[in-house]
Amino acid sequence: MTALSGDRPLDPASEAGWGDAERPRKGFFTDTSICIGCKACEVACKEWNAIPEDGSMTLTGMSYDNTAGLSADTWRHVAFIEQKKPLGHQQPGLERARDEASTVDLGMPSLPAASADGESEFRWLMSSDVCKHCTHAACLDVCPTGALIRTEFGTVVVQDDVCNGCGYCVPACPYGVIDKRPADGGMHKCTLCYDRLEVGLTPACAKACPTESIQFGDLDELRGRAEGRVEALHAAGIPDARLYGHDPTDGVGGDGAFFLLLDEPEVYGLPPDPVVTTRDLPRMWRHAAFAAAGLAAGVAACFAGRRP
Amino acid sequence: MSDVTRQGVQDQRPGRDATVGSAGRRTPRPGEGERWGEGRKRRRGRRGEALMVPPAEFTSYYGRPVIKKPVWQERDIAGYLFLGGLAGASSVVAAGAQLTGRSSLARTSKTGAAVAIGASLVALVHDLGRPQRFLNMLRVVKVTSPMSIGTWIVSAYAPMAWVAASSELTGRLPTVGRLATGAAAMAGPAVASYTAVLVADTAVPAWHEGHRELPFVFVGSATCAAAGLGLLGAPVRETAPLRRAAVLGAAVETVADELMKRRLGIVRETYESGSAGQLMKASQVLTVGGAAVAALLGRRSRVAAGAAGLALLAGSACTRFGIFRAGIASAEDPRYTVEPQRARLAASATGR
Ligand code: SF4
Repeated sequence: MTALSGDRPLDPASEAGWGDAERPRKGFFTDTSICIGCKACEVACKEWNAIPEDGSMTLTGMSYDNTAGLSADTWRHVAFIEQKKPLGHQQPGLERARDEASTVDLGMPSLPAASADGESEFRWLMSSDVCKHCTHAACLDVCPTGALIRTEFGTVVVQDDVCNGCGYCVPACPYGVIDKRPADGGMHKCTLCYDRLEVGLTPACAKACPTESIQFGDLDELRGRAEGRVEALHAAGIPDARLYGHDPTDGVGGDGAFFLLLDEPEVYGLPPDPVVTTRDLPRMWRHAAFAAAGLAAGVAACFAGRRP
Repeated sequence: MSDVTRQGVQDQRPGRDATVGSAGRRTPRPGEGERWGEGRKRRRGRRGEALMVPPAEFTSYYGRPVIKKPVWQERDIAGYLFLGGLAGASSVVAAGAQLTGRSSLARTSKTGAAVAIGASLVALVHDLGRPQRFLNMLRVVKVTSPMSIGTWIVSAYAPMAWVAASSELTGRLPTVGRLATGAAAMAGPAVASYTAVLVADTAVPAWHEGHRELPFVFVGSATCAAAGLGLLGAPVRETAPLRRAAVLGAAVETVADELMKRRLGIVRETYESGSAGQLMKASQVLTVGGAAVAALLGRRSRVAAGAAGLALLAGSACTRFGIFRAGIASAEDPRYTVEPQRARLAASATGR
């Protein structure tokens, strides 16, 4: 029942029986302010984990994002948001290009020119989404076979040879991460490269990220680093910067993979206040027990009248 | 952007410490100070993060859903919710009928329960992505998983229902049959109500937010279905308790449904619009109408009783399919995930 203790920060690995002095909890800090949307993480993840193609190779018609979202066959997904909102002073290099006589005007569409004070009215937000490896993971709680497990690194992993494809974890996840792969009937999601972690390697996405937007490490250290980063950004005049999923007292007990965002979470397709559904499970069982007793008593009462 | 030249590294960039979009300090624009400056609200216990007063307009990532909708097949799972309820409540009716000497009703309800639970098990296994691994669910008992607990409840119940029906139909081992009837009646209510927890224990707004009332909607609906089956299959002189049960079940379902919708806020729309809304409306008409016909005419006319029974069964099925579709609709639209969470944040920000 420990998994139901909604508001107590804890070490999920030792909670899962790994013993106290195991390896420290590992996680991702994805700093979206330096993501350049190159999708190297998506590619590296697919390559390393040998994930099949998503299906139809079509264009979504919504920005430069044609992956659309996390799925059984996409464990890293780079969101791409186009906004009419000033980011701040930018150095897009456009002026330099214009000045250089050697450039030829190809007639390509361009961003609106920055205003006199050097501010652009337009910004792109890019963010690499991933399984949050929740401290209180709904997918793991509701799995009826024990296929979803907590590893010694505090991460959440599906054991493919146990999963029977019931699909319960899919609607249970408050972030819409885990999904069914129609080809094999099983559920799949990010493993935080469990195989690489076991031999001391960095997960493929973090390794491939050219800007270190995806940072991998001990969760405690990452959290400290992230706090400093937010302060630095605020001081630099980027007030929109905020952390997401770093707080061990939130509805899922904090995420093993947390983020620095530049806008509200829902802009990135993230829930603003996710709660692990099993937090309410004791009450659900109480109400169900009461209803069941009511059914028995009610029908019995209906028979209790006169005999035929 | 940096260059390695003979003079060393030129134009070096700050790497991951880059404060992108802030080449020089940005001057706050009019009004921004209020939103981002001193006046901003923080949630207690959160550090390094500025949670704002929620924006007035709803935003999402290109309208894409935040959560994944269930991958369950509607026919299998909504059908299972209906059949499980029918079976569980019918077993209670069967025990009542047996104890009060209503032999024809006992036979109808026992048979109905056995067939319904058998069919629902087929639907459940059919819905698995890897049906051949069904037994993996019987390797563990997990209190945090309603599907695990439910599998055990059904595994205990189904054999009882089958033994009770077999004994009834063949006339063999009457004592064993009676005991099995009693055991099935004890487990039946759990079979009928646990399915509410099964669907509510998800992130699906229309189901989770209704987790308090949903079990009562489910047992009300199950009672109507079992009453309907009895009214259909047993002679009028034996079905007086079912006419009362139909009214009781319809009342419980209607009241619980209304209370649930009041709690749901904007998620309520998913139960009132689209095909889910039509099913819920049909269920209301069939259930209340069926109960009324049963109560008023069911004593006099076998035809009226049968029609009422059919309406009650159909009403119960509509309820389950309607709830299933409302859940899907609420998962597909990010608004139903985001707005209640925003409201929750706003309440906790102002409440402190
Ligand atoms: S984000 Fe979803 S899939 Fe990942 S651990 Fe949390 S509940 Fe499970």
